[in-house]
Amino acid sequence: MSSTFLVKGVSVLGAEPTDLLIRDGVVAEVGGDARGAQVVDAAGLVALPGLVDLHTHLREPGREDAETVESGSRAAALGGYTAVCAMANTSPVADTAGVVEQVWRLGREAGLVDVQPIGAVTVGLAGQHLAELGAMATSAAKVRIFSDDGHCVSDARLMRRALEYVKAFDGVIAQHAEEPRLTEGAQMHEGEVSARLGLTGWPAVAEEAIIARDALLAGHVGARLHVCHVSTAGSVDVIRQAKAAGVRVTAEVTPHHLLLTDERATSYDPVFKVNPPLRTKTDVAALRSALAEGLIDIVATDHAPHAVEDKECEWAYARPGMIGLETALSIVLDVLGPDWELIAERMSRTPARIAGLTEHGRTPAPGEPATFTLFDPAARWEVDPTGSASRSRNTPYAGMTLPGRIVATFLRGEPTVLDGKAVK
Amino acid sequence: MIKHLLSAADLDAQHATLVLDTAAELANLSSREVKKLPTLRGRTVVNLFYEDSTRTRISFEAAAKRLSADVINFSAKGSSVSKGESLKDTALTLQAMGADAVVVRHPASGAPHRLAQWVDGSVVNAGDGTHEHPTQALLDAYTMRSRLGRLAGLHVAIVGDVLHSRVARSNVLLLTTLGAKVTVVGPPTLIPVDVGPALSPDLRVSYDLDAVLPDVDVVMMLRVQRERMNDSYFPSTREYARRYGLDAARMRRLPEHAIVMHPGPMVRGMEITPEVADSARSTIVEQVANGVSVRMAVLYLLLGGK
Ligand SMILES: [Zn+2]
Repeated sequence: MSSTFLVKGVSVLGAEPTDLLIRDGVVAEVGGDARGAQVVDAAGLVALPGLVDLHTHLREPGREDAETVESGSRAAALGGYTAVCAMANTSPVADTAGVVEQVWRLGREAGLVDVQPIGAVTVGLAGQHLAELGAMATSAAKVRIFSDDGHCVSDARLMRRALEYVKAFDGVIAQHAEEPRLTEGAQMHEGEVSARLGLTGWPAVAEEAIIARDALLAGHVGARLHVCHVSTAGSVDVIRQAKAAGVRVTAEVTPHHLLLTDERATSYDPVFKVNPPLRTKTDVAALRSALAEGLIDIVATDHAPHAVEDKECEWAYARPGMIGLETALSIVLDVLGPDWELIAERMSRTPARIAGLTEHGRTPAPGEPATFTLFDPAARWEVDPTGSASRSRNTPYAGMTLPGRIVATFLRGEPTVLDGKAVK
Repeated sequence: MIKHLLSAADLDAQHATLVLDTAAELANLSSREVKKLPTLRGRTVVNLFYEDSTRTRISFEAAAKRLSADVINFSAKGSSVSKGESLKDTALTLQAMGADAVVVRHPASGAPHRLAQWVDGSVVNAGDGTHEHPTQALLDAYTMRSRLGRLAGLHVAIVGDVLHSRVARSNVLLLTTLGAKVTVVGPPTLIPVDVGPALSPDLRVSYDLDAVLPDVDVVMMLRVQRERMNDSYFPSTREYARRYGLDAARMRRLPEHAIVMHPGPMVRGMEITPEVADSARSTIVEQVANGVSVRMAVLYLLLGGK
C-alpha cells in the first residue's frame, strides 16, 4: 500500500504554483480526493523531474569502506537524484551478468534511487578482450551503457568492435577519453600551473585525440558514442564538428569541471586531484557555453568516493576523484542560472534518454510517474564534508557557500527525502 | 621572516638578500672562531629524508649542528615509512617529538606543503620531486654573488633537463626575484610547456646553447639522467652531449669572467666534460661549502634568530 501526498504550492519547472496529489506512484488527476494525504508544504519550491546521473562510482563490490550502493544511493537522493548509473570499475569488475545483477539487486534493496549498472567494455577493464556485453544486456540489470571508465578503450580496433557490437541491443559505449601514452604518470592539467608545481602534465590533446578518433569510428560504423566528463575547450570543438557531421555522439560534463580550475592544485591538496584534471579558465568558459548551447548534452557527477587514506597523502600518491552527488544541482544552478527547463533537460531528461530509463526524466504532471525532486532555490548552505551521506569526505567544495537545496525527493510516489533528510 | 621555506617564491628580494647576507656572516664566524654557535641550543631539527641524498642531508646536519641544535635523522628509506606509514602519521610523530624544524626531502612534488599543514614547526623543503629545491638555489645565488660580486643584472643560463629539475625551478624564481636575467636552454622536449608564464614573465627560453653562451655570466649545467633517452626526450646520450653538453670547446665561447656551475651529482661526459668540471671557472667545490653556510642562515632565520 503506497501512501498519498499532497504537495502544496509547488512551482513545476518555474510555472505558477500548483498542488500535486501523489497517489499509487503517480501524479493524480487534478481535483482528485486528497483526504488523508500527508501534506508537503512546497511554497517557494521548484519541482524538477528526478535527476539522473549517468556517471556514479558506488564502489560496491570491493571498496565498501569508501561507499556502498546504499550510502551512495542516499547521497544521490539527497542531491535530488532518482536514478544513477553505477560505473563498472568495482572489484570484481562489473564485466559479467553476475556482477551487474548483484549491483542492480543491491540498488533495489536500498530503494532510494534506481541503480542502473553500467557494464565494462572489456574483461577486467584490461582493454584486451570484449566482456560479455550481450549477457549483461539480457540480464535482469538490462545493461545498455558500457564503459571501462577509469581506463580508456585506447585500442582503436577494439573500440570499433565494441561500438559495432552493442548496436544489436541499442547499447552505447561511454568512453573515458584519455590517450594512455600521452598521460603516463600525469598528475594534473599540463600548462602553466603544472610547470610551476613540478607535477607531470595531462595534456588536453590526450582527451581531444581520443574523442576525435572515436567520433570518426562511431560515424563509420553508425554506432552511438557517449563521451564521459569532457574537460577541454578543444574537446568541445571536436564534438561540435562530429555533431555537425551527423555522428550520434552525446557528451557529459561534470559540475567540478564547470566550476573549478587547475589553480586549485597550488595547495597540493589531493582533494582537487581528479581525472580528467581540472583545467583552465578558458576551458571552464567553453564548457559552460557548450552546456548551455547543448553541444554538451548533460551534466554527470563522476561521483568518486575515496577513503581518507587515499586522499590525506602526497598529491602523486592520491587517487583521483571527488564526490559530487549532493552538490551537483547547486553548482549547476550557480553556473546556468535558474533556467529550470534547461536544468531539467541537462540533468534529467537527456541523461534518462541516453540511459534508456523511460520512467525517469518526466515532468511531474497528472498521469506521470511521481518521480521528482523539490528544490528550494532561495536557500544557501555551506558545504560540510562531515555532513555528507556518502561514506567518503572528498568534496572539493568544503567551506563553500552554494545556492539552492533539495527539500524532498520522490521515487514512484514514495519519498526518499523529506524536509531535507533521507527517509531511510 | 617567513615560517616555512617551501618554494624559492616564498622569499621576496629583501628576505632572500637577508638569507645571503646572514650566510656570509655565518661563514665568516665559523671560519675565524669556534665551529659551533650557541644560537639554536635546545631546539630540535629533524632531517626527514624519503630519498637517498647523503650530500644534502649531511649539509643540513652540519648546518644545524654548528648552530648547536639537536639533530634527529629520520631516514624514511628502509624504516616504517617505506613500509607504508603515511606522511601524515609521520608528521604527527615528529610533532610529538617536538620538532622545531623539519627538513624534508621527498620524491613527490608538494610533499613539504602537505607536511606544513600537519606540523607546528617550520618546514624546509630540501627537494621535492620535480618541483623545487630552494636552499640549492640560495647556495647557487650565494656562490654567484661571491664570485661575481652581484646578482642584479647578471645573465644566467640554466641548461638541460628543466622539465624534471627542482633546481631549475627554484633558481629561476630566486634569481629573477633578485634581478638577474635568466635563460633556460635545452631540447624543447625537456622545457616545460608554458614555462615562461609559469615561473617569470621575464624568463627566456632557448634551444640553442651555442647562441646563448657568449652572452652569459653564469652557465648552470643540470644533471640529465640517461634514462630520459628511453622516454624519447632525446635520441641518444651522444646526441644530447653534442647539442647541449658543456665541453672545452664550448667553454671557450663564454666571456672571460663567466663561471660554470653544477648542482651535482654530475653525469660526467653527459652534460659536462671532466675538463670543464675541473676547470678554474667551475664553482662546483665551493657550492658544496657554501651549502652549509646558506642552510645555517635558513635555519637561523626560520627558527627566530634576529
Ligand atoms: Zn572517467
